[in-house]
Amino acid sequence: MNMRINKQTGEWLEREKQINFTYEGKKFTAYEGDTITSALWASGEKVLGRSFKYHRPRGVLSLANHDINVMLTDGVDTNIRGDVITVKEGMSLTAVNTLGGVKKDNLRYIGKLLSPFLVVGFYYKAFFRPRFMFPFWENIIRHGAGLGKVNFNYPRIPKPKLNEHYDVLVVGAGPSGLAAALAASLDKQLKILIVDENKQAGGSLGYDRAGSVTPQSQLEELLSEVNITPNITLRTDAYAGAYYTDHLIPIIEFSGITKVRTKTLIIATGVFEQPPVFRNNDLPGVMNGSAAQRMIYRYGIKPFNDGVVFTANDYGYRVALDLIHAGTNVKAVVDLRKTPVSSILTRELANHDIRIYSGHCVYEALATSDDMAVKGVVICPFDEETNQADSEQSFTIECDGVAMSAGWASAAALLYQSGMKVKYDYTIEQFIPDSLPNGIFAAGKVNGVYDFDQRIADGARAAAEAMRYMGMDNAPVITVQAHSNVSPSHSFPVVPHPKGKNFVDFDEDIQAKDFINAAKEGFDNIELMKRFTTVGMGPSQGKHSNMNAIRILARIRELPVEKIGSTTSRPFFHPTPIGHLGGRNFHPVRQSSIQSWHADAGAVFVDVGAWSRPAYYQKPGVDLAEIIQQESMAVHNAVGIIDGSSLGKIEVCGPDAAQFLEKFFTGKFADQKVGEIRYALSIDESAVVADDGIVSRVKDELFYITIGTSNAAMVYREMQRWLQMWQLDVGLINVTGSYGIINVVGPKAVHVVSSLTQDPLVSKLTAGKVGETIISEVPVRIMCVTFVSNIGYEIHVPADSMLAVWEKLIKAGTAYDIRPFGTDTQRLLRLEMGHYLPAYDTDGLTIPYELGCESELAMDKPFFVGQRSLKILAKKTLKKRLVPFVLADNFSGQMPEDCNLVIENGEIKGRVTSISYSSKVDRVIGFAYVDPNKVEAGSQFEIRTDNGSMVKATVVNTPFFNSKKEF
Amino acid sequence: MPYKLLKFGFGREFNESRYFEDVQTPKKTYDVVIIGGGGHGLAAAYYLAKEHGITNVAVLERGYIGGGNTGRNTTIVRSNYLTPEGVKFYDASVKLFEGLSEELDLNMFYSTRGHFTLAHTDSSMRTMRWRAEVNKHVGVDSRVVGRDEIAKACPQMDLDCSGHAAIKGALYHNPGSVARHDAVAWGYARGAANLGVDIIQMTEVQDIDVRNGKVHGVQTSKGYISTGKVLSAVAGFTPRITKMVDIKTPITIHPLQACVTEPMKPWLDTIIVSGSLHVYVSQSSRGELVMGSSLDPYELHSTRSSFDFVEGLTSHIVDMFPFLSNVKVVRQWAGMADLTPDFAPIMGKTEIEGFYLDAGWGTWGFKATPISGKTMAATIANDKAHDLIHSFRLSRFEDYELTGEKGAASVGH
Repeated sequence: MNMRINKQTGEWLEREKQINFTYEGKKFTAYEGDTITSALWASGEKVLGRSFKYHRPRGVLSLANHDINVMLTDGVDTNIRGDVITVKEGMSLTAVNTLGGVKKDNLRYIGKLLSPFLVVGFYYKAFFRPRFMFPFWENIIRHGAGLGKVNFNYPRIPKPKLNEHYDVLVVGAGPSGLAAALAASLDKQLKILIVDENKQAGGSLGYDRAGSVTPQSQLEELLSEVNITPNITLRTDAYAGAYYTDHLIPIIEFSGITKVRTKTLIIATGVFEQPPVFRNNDLPGVMNGSAAQRMIYRYGIKPFNDGVVFTANDYGYRVALDLIHAGTNVKAVVDLRKTPVSSILTRELANHDIRIYSGHCVYEALATSDDMAVKGVVICPFDEETNQADSEQSFTIECDGVAMSAGWASAAALLYQSGMKVKYDYTIEQFIPDSLPNGIFAAGKVNGVYDFDQRIADGARAAAEAMRYMGMDNAPVITVQAHSNVSPSHSFPVVPHPKGKNFVDFDEDIQAKDFINAAKEGFDNIELMKRFTTVGMGPSQGKHSNMNAIRILARIRELPVEKIGSTTSRPFFHPTPIGHLGGRNFHPVRQSSIQSWHADAGAVFVDVGAWSRPAYYQKPGVDLAEIIQQESMAVHNAVGIIDGSSLGKIEVCGPDAAQFLEKFFTGKFADQKVGEIRYALSIDESAVVADDGIVSRVKDELFYITIGTSNAAMVYREMQRWLQMWQLDVGLINVTGSYGIINVVGPKAVHVVSSLTQDPLVSKLTAGKVGETIISEVPVRIMCVTFVSNIGYEIHVPADSMLAVWEKLIKAGTAYDIRPFGTDTQRLLRLEMGHYLPAYDTDGLTIPYELGCESELAMDKPFFVGQRSLKILAKKTLKKRLVPFVLADNFSGQMPEDCNLVIENGEIKGRVTSISYSSKVDRVIGFAYVDPNKVEAGSQFEIRTDNGSMVKATVVNTPFFNSKKEF
Repeated sequence: MPYKLLKFGFGREFNESRYFEDVQTPKKTYDVVIIGGGGHGLAAAYYLAKEHGITNVAVLERGYIGGGNTGRNTTIVRSNYLTPEGVKFYDASVKLFEGLSEELDLNMFYSTRGHFTLAHTDSSMRTMRWRAEVNKHVGVDSRVVGRDEIAKACPQMDLDCSGHAAIKGALYHNPGSVARHDAVAWGYARGAANLGVDIIQMTEVQDIDVRNGKVHGVQTSKGYISTGKVLSAVAGFTPRITKMVDIKTPITIHPLQACVTEPMKPWLDTIIVSGSLHVYVSQSSRGELVMGSSLDPYELHSTRSSFDFVEGLTSHIVDMFPFLSNVKVVRQWAGMADLTPDFAPIMGKTEIEGFYLDAGWGTWGFKATPISGKTMAATIANDKAHDLIHSFRLSRFEDYELTGEKGAASVGH
């Protein structure tokens, strides 16, 4: 049946554009601008979804994304919200969570047959005995829960993010929000943004018309003024996702997220309509009054042919007039209240011959024989005082629709998140702000102001207060009149019914009796009740259910509503896509300035901290293990070259530089001569090894430090922290990116390096020395470092000259078969040299004594970081020690791996930290933590491998290649 | 249809009794006062009554039971820790969890789903092996697995993580489980109350009466209670309590945040944790993805949510599961984690006679709920630390005998 009516002023449709789509396999047409829900309803389709637990047929409740009755999938997207997503050409939609289609959903028997057994919290009471049966039941429950199916082929859609700043952010473009923006805009310096989640601005002014044309013309007037005001930006189809500290509000649109920081925030988000609670209030055809109004004026649809209005406020009368305007035959207005309402509205209804039943309730809605829609309502007298319906006196009115208007709940999520304190206002039966944090203001219905003129005034008042907050003392003082009409919300619009199915939370299928039962079991605190019943925990987060839940709990506890309080409001206002939140997702990687040379040379890169470094250089037909042995033998026999640019580099300068290093590291630096390099070990306050590095004294007051790649940032940060505390006259400069490092190592290294310079420096430079010279017009610093080989030159080059120097060295090395090597080989080489690697051979609790590096601890210094702890630890029994070891000659069998355990008499004594076969030593060599009594060369211990076999290892001296093959 | 549910369908009245009596006014004297009505405090009360016959116990809760970190965590239960002491302790917890629904006659939805800790780098693969080896040594089912096994358990995951941090392998922990966190608190509350424990909500402890190094009572918002034994089990509020008795701990408070998506049909059957991407995720029996990330990097005594948390978390989630781009986050929240330097808890006696501490639970408190209750109950009843918690004593910091669990923290913190 076609429910479309003639074009309405201000409607959101483009009727000249027709759209074709299918729903549950059936073809439909719509207009451009229709949402999925409106398009279906216009075509007479009423069953738009199935409920979460009982699989009851559902139609429209709010038409505003305050419920999830209409949740669909098109096979691409998982949970499409039909109320607000516009229909697009060719869409092929089905309702989520059905078995056999929305009409014939076979899971409906859960609701029909099983619901008496599935009491609130039923899943806590059963299914766990016998224990082995739980997975069976759990599987059924898991598959019964959930809404849409995930589409695993959905593409990754990274949305961009913008940052914007405003003086005033107004959330909600209803009359109060628009008025607030206009009032603030009088100061032309202010930059103002209004956002509204709807496709068009106006809020309730656009649809709550009581059959009159006035509201629409008021709206058009406001909007035309906003449109010509240059310092106001209005963005619709954009919702404020949440409030975060310091006035950060992410504005979420289809295109992405704008992170708005605003000086002041005006919340004019209005109210959510709360359905009255009566039996079968969820039948398709029973909807909120505001949903019916949206249908009429936004989408040009007659909500039903024969309608009944069930109201408990004046808004129901306005809805009745709107229904009449749309051509609905309004058969009755049923008002819970005994007292007559505004005479203007009643008179108007009387003019239309509409029967008003005051002091009556809709006792229940009656379903058609197929249960798919409402066919009538049972009406009976209702006593507000006792909350009793007199069902003996009931009568039935046939209808195909019910519009419900019983009250509202403030859409105050952002205000709650900002730290608002609330109070309950009995004149309007609503929570309103009591006090608001600095810079945050509320206006309009969310602030408890309902009358149109007063909402305009309240917007201007909020703007003036915001301006005063920003220091504009001359902003006008505006007073807003207190609410004088009858309350827009009823204090308890809940009609009891012995058979239940009077729903409070439509997302979660929670009925009035569920609250009573939960309270019986002791869940009579709003937070506990929420968790036990799951009220408000569905995707609409309580937008249509929280207020009724609070009212019901207040009745149960016999407490005033304000004593019940409300549950904490959390982000997000509407569920927000992961792709939006995650954004474009940057993964920055640091590279050497000659990364492309490495790539051309066949490097395979590995992430080391923030850096991407060559792990090794591929050779066709040679496997990884062999490459590493080849690269390492090149170093042992001739010369190798490695890019060490990722090492952290810190300059420590100033009169107190030496003193600073003495305090920061465990060793001595005051007596270090210019031109000398020294090993440096840093430990933390609890004496745990942090990192090690090399300190060069370049000038009397300038030290140049290199430290490990992964820890560089941490060490620099720690240095800065200590410097703050010590207040020394020292400058710290992180020059990691400024220099590249080329390490030329092996017996022929000296020939390669010295061939590039006339300076006799290189040939004179011995281990432990540093010098500066020029290599092909590039100033370089050269250190003689013996980390991976007995002979090694670490050449520090300005980063932009790296390639020139590197290529010269490669060329000069050709005669010696120079070979580039990566971190894998470097790790083997340093192991062969017998050097431990912090973070590799140490962990978060390793102390220097466990490494046997007592010689690096200058305990005679007056102070260094961790010294106090070392003194205490020196007196304690050591639990483990790091030792170099070898496996038996020609070892075969299950190869131990890093982190296999050292086991003695069934006890863990330690673990392997490094292990590798070495061609040079022709043994499997490694480091392991062992019993401190077994550190002498020749001691033996056992390693348990992955497959459980035990492998014998023997402690040796280092360097490994000096040790004779005696073990 | 389970038998238990039949009575609801066929009975006329809903005759379930209260889980626990809502005691409004505390008695003047208790043998033991437990501060904090979270899982830990309630479990301690339950085991005090059940195993030690001490029933004159009050649990004081400033809000409502289970409203702190018990109701805010991501409900993962596991025992794949790094130190043998830790593994034994959490293994005992897993074993208690397995029988908890029956013991407390309440379905905790304790669901063993298997737990993958992904390794994206060689160095995290090394840590995984270390944990696996220690776990195996103690008899806990953990092992290092390759990409193929991960792909089999979670075929939807992009093992290359969109090219940003390719997965090399994982630590697979078979007993890894999730449970319904609220139910754990409610079950212990009911169990304790049935044995005579008073659970007193909306009651704040304002001071602890310590004289001559000994506890004499507590001052509360509902008056003075005299008692010789006080257990503090308040997680993020620990520094406020320890200040009352003037003892020092190295605890710092950092917010820990989490979020859930809207419900979808089940597809993620296991629990996935990635240290490198700072993400943990599982799918609840309601169909929501429950997701968490690292601690906030600064100290803060607040449960506010932050946007950068959810931005960072989701950016990494889509690295692993690109198809989730249009799945929506419904809700985010935060708890206050009481962090220790070595990532192990602080449990047992203190220098104040009669003041017991159950703290330092950082990000790993929920999984220890049953065993912390059991061991703290024994510690209080006997005034002697239970064997399982010796390594968690407060004095270990002074003694330089830390229990280093940082390598087993769920994600890099």
